Amino acid sequence: MRTKRIKGIKFGLLSPAEIRRMSAAKIITADTYGEDGFPIEMGLVNQRIGVIDPGLRCKTCGGRMGECPGHFGHIELAAPVIHVGYAKLIYRMLSATCRKCGRVLLEEKEKERFLAEIERQKEKQADVGDVVKEVFKEAVKNAVCMYCGEHQRVIKYDKPTTYIEIDEEEKKRRLMPTDVRERLERIPDEDIALFGMDPKSARPEWMVLTVLPVPPVTARPSITLESGQRSEDDLTHKLVDIIRINQRFMENRDAGAPQLIIEDLWELLQYHVSTYFNNEIPGLPPARHRSGRPLKTMEQRLKGKEGRFRGSLSGKRVNFSARTVISPDPDIDIDEVGVPEEIAKELTITVNVTERNLEAMRETVRRGKKHPGANYVRRADGKKVKVTEINYEALADELDIGWKVERHIRDGDIVLFNRQPSLHRVSIMAHRVRVMPGKTFRVNPTVCPPYNADYDGDEMNLHVLQTEEARAEAKILMAVQRNIISPRFGRPIIGGIHDYITGLFLLTWGEKKFEREEVLEMLRKITVNDLGEPAEAPYWTGKQIFSMILPRGLNLQFRGKMCEKCIERGLVCMKEKCPHEAYVKIREGELISGVIDEVAIGSFKGIIIDRIFRQYGEEAAKRFINDASHLAINYILQAGFSFGISDEDIPKEGEKQIREEAVREAEHKVEELIKAYEAEELEALPGRTLEETLELLVMQELARARDEAGDIAERYLGIENAAVLMAKSGARGSMLNLTQMAACVGQQSVRGERIRRGYQGRTLPHFKSGDRGADAHGFVRASFKDGLSPTEYFFHAVGGREALVDTAVRTSQSGYFQRRLINALQDLEVKNDGTVRETRDTIVQFKYGEDSVDPSKGEYGKVVDIDEIIREMIGAEAGA
Amino acid sequence: MKKGKILEHKLVPKHEVMEESEVKELLDTYKIKKEQIPKIKLSDAVIKEIKAEVGDVVKITRESRTAGKFLAYRLVIE
Repeated sequence: MRTKRIKGIKFGLLSPAEIRRMSAAKIITADTYGEDGFPIEMGLVNQRIGVIDPGLRCKTCGGRMGECPGHFGHIELAAPVIHVGYAKLIYRMLSATCRKCGRVLLEEKEKERFLAEIERQKEKQADVGDVVKEVFKEAVKNAVCMYCGEHQRVIKYDKPTTYIEIDEEEKKRRLMPTDVRERLERIPDEDIALFGMDPKSARPEWMVLTVLPVPPVTARPSITLESGQRSEDDLTHKLVDIIRINQRFMENRDAGAPQLIIEDLWELLQYHVSTYFNNEIPGLPPARHRSGRPLKTMEQRLKGKEGRFRGSLSGKRVNFSARTVISPDPDIDIDEVGVPEEIAKELTITVNVTERNLEAMRETVRRGKKHPGANYVRRADGKKVKVTEINYEALADELDIGWKVERHIRDGDIVLFNRQPSLHRVSIMAHRVRVMPGKTFRVNPTVCPPYNADYDGDEMNLHVLQTEEARAEAKILMAVQRNIISPRFGRPIIGGIHDYITGLFLLTWGEKKFEREEVLEMLRKITVNDLGEPAEAPYWTGKQIFSMILPRGLNLQFRGKMCEKCIERGLVCMKEKCPHEAYVKIREGELISGVIDEVAIGSFKGIIIDRIFRQYGEEAAKRFINDASHLAINYILQAGFSFGISDEDIPKEGEKQIREEAVREAEHKVEELIKAYEAEELEALPGRTLEETLELLVMQELARARDEAGDIAERYLGIENAAVLMAKSGARGSMLNLTQMAACVGQQSVRGERIRRGYQGRTLPHFKSGDRGADAHGFVRASFKDGLSPTEYFFHAVGGREALVDTAVRTSQSGYFQRRLINALQDLEVKNDGTVRETRDTIVQFKYGEDSVDPSKGEYGKVVDIDEIIREMIGAEAGA
Repeated sequence: MKKGKILEHKLVPKHEVMEESEVKELLDTYKIKKEQIPKIKLSDAVIKEIKAEVGDVVKITRESRTAGKFLAYRLVIE
């Protein structure tokens, strides 16, 4: 096929001649269907302007329903009317042109200047709107026509469609649409370019309608109600109104009715044509349906969220899809999705019946509407038959090669699973179906991070792939296990979260001992062939159990989340003997030392998952994640783990220490700082005023107070505390969260400063004006558990408000940034020769990323990790 | 800044006008036509400085964070 390139798109106005030319029928009757039930000739549901009744043929093109796209008709208006959409522009044009000769009221020289400017803008492909605005502004200033000497009169625009001319004696005269049209007709072609218009495709007088195009019936189909009664589209109703008034107008005029009556009818015609275009014009009562519902006319069809653009073109709905709430199920595989039976019975896959699957398909049809059954059968001749309670057995027997069966989705089918907003490619992944009871989609919690999903009511979409190619492609490219490593940062995006991390942390921490029975219970969902020798017979250690799910031969060492960064602090790393068990060492698939935490198996970090994926492939990584989550859950279930408000309890002496040592001391220091400031003894920091220096020092002091309070709390709570454990292992929450709950909430801030807004010189009437103390500027001494004082509560709300606004602003802004970035980059492609090219095959970059490395396959910015290779070569022997 | 100095600025990479034969080799390696090379305007400060002409291909040697050194090519246009 020859491809063509769109050179340009031109917008213009429809001229009366063009409307008549494209019209297939002149409409003069307001009636739609005759008594015989057939559309009447010359009517609004004309057989020449499209067919919507099955069996009838179009009298213009001969097409049947569905083949004939419809054709326009037209109505000859008895009198011209203003097109509401252009009413404002008409007003400006009337004001800018001479009332007698129609020329734009500008000197020839000025016109040239403006025309040149418009030409320049067009060349730049820029908007000419500003120049045109200037033309109008300058032209109205001239009260006398420089071409014919006519004195201009002021024109008043009375919304929505009335123009009034005021003469020198302040007398008012209404300009009827005929007058308006005559004036617009007088504007010469060469002046029209000044309005930024092309006189060939848009003459101004075409903005005053003399002929009305009638859209094809296919654009306004009538629907047949159950009672057999026909209900017409809103547009048809509106057109009926227009034709009725149009006819009455003609009759009255021909009968020589008084001017007053004619004008009333003209106004009515104007109203109907106006509301036909837009039924939400300010100043006009909307045209209503008999039931009182406002009619949905032209503009309403296009405008807004549910309009043609946003609703129908950008937001199309698709078949073979389902949407429901998601809920967790740790017992299904990471690449599975639990589908409710109800949904599985609705979604189908079309299967061609062949020699090899004939019996199986017969069996499927024989199940009828019961779950792994079928909904429709398509015979060899293409006829579609619904599988019903009555005919399923007969259909099953009749089933033959060449038929097609629309069978229910069942376990193992490949489907796409998606959660909006689909910001990156892992927002849509391919899962395997698993049909289950219930009404929600079941998701393994480890795949929440890529979708950014949680279970507080999130809904997700599922799409059933309909062709073999699509299924193959999805399975190879989009499967969950394929996407464990994120292309964004080259680390696993799928991994343990929350309890999975806690579970494995508890299991591998310290020297836990387990009897054979316990070990078997923990491993009951995991395939382990050999338990090996118990390390401390008859007991197996937690580290040993974790080692059982590691691939044999895995060698790895890294520092976990517990690492205190001894080397950076100039100390010596004690490696295997690390008191915090932060040095994780794996030799030949055996966990030698260290505790498993977020850095080891968590999503976004997951060093072990990362290594397994690269060294053993995606299936091994998937198996590891599955095994690790089962092991973690089984252990934490058996060990028990809970967190409650009493976990925030700090012994009396600790509490005293926090209040007296940390907080009071800091407040003391703040007071001293303020005193020094007021005595002008404070020395300003470089580049800051004295006041800024004070604020900075006070902030520092108070931040230190909170941290100190947190440290004291941590000392009293210890790692046995559930919250501390979760924070340290990276499962959930941070030490800061715990500090605020148990010890001290700390300084509240707005834009990185202490809270200063409020009254003159003070934040609240509770404080003295000019008070610079900690309390008066948002230092919250209490902990959340203690409860905040009223002023503290208020400051906390002030700070909280900023956080709320920040997130709201950030999401919308970053969303728009991302959209623009994606729009700019979406057509770039990395070709086989490593170049990045755009659609015209011009090169954008000679080598992708300058080093041709896929971030998800390289080693964090390097092509290969040489250190690791060397360690692999010599370390395996030396380190053993 | 004085003219002639911009080539010495640390942020300006090395620009060289390529020989006819080099250009042919480049086009052959990537199996492209001259028009498919990224463009650079004649009015570009460095292009003016090295006195390249329309139709010339310029080789730019840049420092690269990922690859150490990276070669880019630009076709000089009006």
